[in-house]
Formats: sequence, C-alpha cells, structure tokens
Amino acid sequence: MNGVHDMGGMDGFGKVEAEPDEPVFHAPWEGRIMAMNRAMGATGAWNLDMSRFSREVLPPHVYLGSSYYKKWYLGLAQMLLDRGLIDADEIEAGHALTPGKPLKRGRFELKDMPRILTRAPFSRPTNTEARFKIGDNVRTRNIHPQGHTRLPRYVRGHVGTVELIHGAHVFPDIVAVDGTEDPQWLYTVVFEGRELWGPDADPTVKISIDAFEPYLEPV
Amino acid sequence: MAGHDREHDHSHGHSHDHDHGSELSEMQVRVRALETILTEKGYVEPAALDAIVEAYETKIGPHIGAQVVAKAWSDPQFKNALLADATKAIATLGLESRVGDHLIAVENTPTRHNMVVCTLCSCYPWEVLGLPPVWYKASPYRARAVKDPRGVLSDFGVTLPNDTEIRVWDSTAETRFLVLPMRPEGTEGWSEDDLAAIVTRDSMIGTGIPEARNS
Repeated sequence: MNGVHDMGGMDGFGKVEAEPDEPVFHAPWEGRIMAMNRAMGATGAWNLDMSRFSREVLPPHVYLGSSYYKKWYLGLAQMLLDRGLIDADEIEAGHALTPGKPLKRGRFELKDMPRILTRAPFSRPTNTEARFKIGDNVRTRNIHPQGHTRLPRYVRGHVGTVELIHGAHVFPDIVAVDGTEDPQWLYTVVFEGRELWGPDADPTVKISIDAFEPYLEPV
Repeated sequence: MAGHDREHDHSHGHSHDHDHGSELSEMQVRVRALETILTEKGYVEPAALDAIVEAYETKIGPHIGAQVVAKAWSDPQFKNALLADATKAIATLGLESRVGDHLIAVENTPTRHNMVVCTLCSCYPWEVLGLPPVWYKASPYRARAVKDPRGVLSDFGVTLPNDTEIRVWDSTAETRFLVLPMRPEGTEGWSEDDLAAIVTRDSMIGTGIPEARNS
C-alpha cells in the first residue's frame, strides 16, 4: 500500500540526529515489546511480512506520531486481536479472561531461543528459470498494490540494471496475505540517482533495491 | 534523539496526564498488561522474554561486526571469502551468534562509499550489529538516505570527495548488508583486537569512517 511507511525520497523530516552513547532500549517496556514480538512470531502465529503489514496499516498520524517500539506495541496488539488470540476486554482488564488458543508451534519457551537468534533462511527451491541475468536493464513496474509490498514508490517505473541474483525467495506480497510462500527470483537492481531524482541530482549517487521478479519487466 | 518517545497517544479512551514522563509510564503499563495476558494465556514464557532482552542488551551488538571487519582488514583470504559470501565466511569465525543467510558485505574503496538504509521499515543486520539505533529507524534517515546521501553524511560530520561514488543499498528484501569500511592509515601492525576497537557501528552502516586513534 502507498502508506507513509514508504518514506524514500520524502522531504521535510529534517536532519538525522544521532544520539551519542545511545542505550539499546530507552525504557524497559521497549525491550519487553521487542521480545514479545519476536516470541509471538516464533510461535507461528504470523509471519514477518504480516507483522510488517500490521504497522504499515496504522493510520498515518499514528505511524508518524509514534515511537518505533510504540508502533511495535500497536501492531502486535492488533495482530493478536485480529486472530482472536486475545480479546479487547483482556487488554482493558490487564489480565487473561479466557484460556489461550493453540499456536502453530506452541508456547515460546527458553529452549526456543536459538530459533530467534539466527534468522531463518528465506531462499526456497524453484523450478522456474530466472527471467533476468546480471547486466540486464529492467524497468520496475508501475504498480500500486493495496496490500503489503516491498517495491518502494520512489523506484516505480524506473530503469535500473540487474547487479546480483539471490535465487528464489519467499515473496512478501503473497506471504503477507495468507502465508503462501510463492517463491520468486530476487535481484539487486541498481539505479542511477539521476534516473530516480532527475537531471539535477548528484551524478555520483547510485541506489539499489532488492526486487522480486514480479516487480520487474524487461526494457 | 531525546524526543523520540514524546509522542502523545490519543488512540485510547483513558483520560491521563499528558506530561511526557507519564506518557512513558503509560506505555510501561500497557506493555506490562499485554505481557501478563500473553503469559497467562500460555503463549510465552516470561523467562524467554528476559533472555531475548538480555541477548540484545549484552551479547549481540556491533562488537561482533567489528571483529568481522578487523579480521577482514588483517587477513586477505578472509576478506575475499567475506565479500564472496558473508554468511559462510562469518560462520568460520566461531562467533557466539550464528549469522543467518543472505548477509552481504559491501566494501568501501577510495572511489566508492557504501551506505545502508531500509526506507520501508528498519531492516538491519541484527546478528552482526545488534538492534538498530533510533536514527536508523526514524523518518529523517529513511526519507533522505536514498535521495540526498551526501546531506545525510554531513549530518554525521562525514565529507567525502566530490567524485567518490556513493552507493546506497535499500534493504527491501531479506538480504542484509554490512559495510566493510576502509582500514585507516596509521594502523599498520595493529592486532585484530586493537583494530576492532576502532570499528564503529556507524562505519559498518556507512554513516561513519573509522579513525586511527590510540586504543
């Protein structure tokens, strides 16, 4: 969806302000909500792209007005509610009012830690041939899906060059809908800054995205 | 940045004091309530949550990436392996955390500088750098890194020659990028540990340049 999360190229946000000696968490709740997100993801209640989408659909003013981990809280609570894993009454009460429902991979326990400390692979076998090869010029499709996608707005309709091929990977646009992995070839596609930002742009800048084959068409 | 938590929350029904301090405790209360519910429902073991927080607070951080960079600066064979397949190369180091698939190391040279961003969310190589800093996840960096990378670099006090190519890697899939910065002059003969000590987190994102200093 063309949401405010898709920020590449937007103006007006001001300078990047780095905090010297920044702590990992600025308050204890940040660590807890990060951990709950990771743990619930590991139970198989949803996948990574569903989790990303839960934050993308936050209303624009909420998305822009909330700290990073607050967005994680809001997204997590909504996913739990949507799946009937918790009830709004329980959030109000601050306690469980009914027993839990079964989870695909069961309760997340200490012994499951290794599963989340290493990222699971996203590459998958495929029977299809890669449509593009390294060095090919490709155009990103001018598409505006309503759902989750990983094709940022700022590259759509532009011509770039295939630089790397990563094999077939889980396709975010589909896996976010119903968990179907629908593996698609994944490419690093590099664009000249001027192709994206016009003739006045810095000629020394190149930008790449990692693009799934359905995002691309031959030139 | 200090202001990042100071958002106001009007999305819930309770009346509350809008003072910034109590806004924080408001989130503390809401998150604690959610943890209680998840625990009581048997979805998560609290000790496992403790362990996740502890891992990212104390074990997994940029010191891991710094070791990798220092090794690459010291051992040309390792550097070649790292640039060919970072996941595989790092596995040979026997580090505590195993690095997941699809990690790609990109090398800075005198003619090319690499910078990593995630414009869509906050994708970041957690296993070698830990959790991303607030600025990496915040709007100014995500918006400007792909359009005005030199301007972003100047926010970090970094100025590159006008003819240096700047390559921005937008992390839009499950590939993850680690910048291999240039080894600074004046570090000849340094041990890997001494080298690792000058490899900053920002230099592995591409918003900083390591400098030789007495470690």
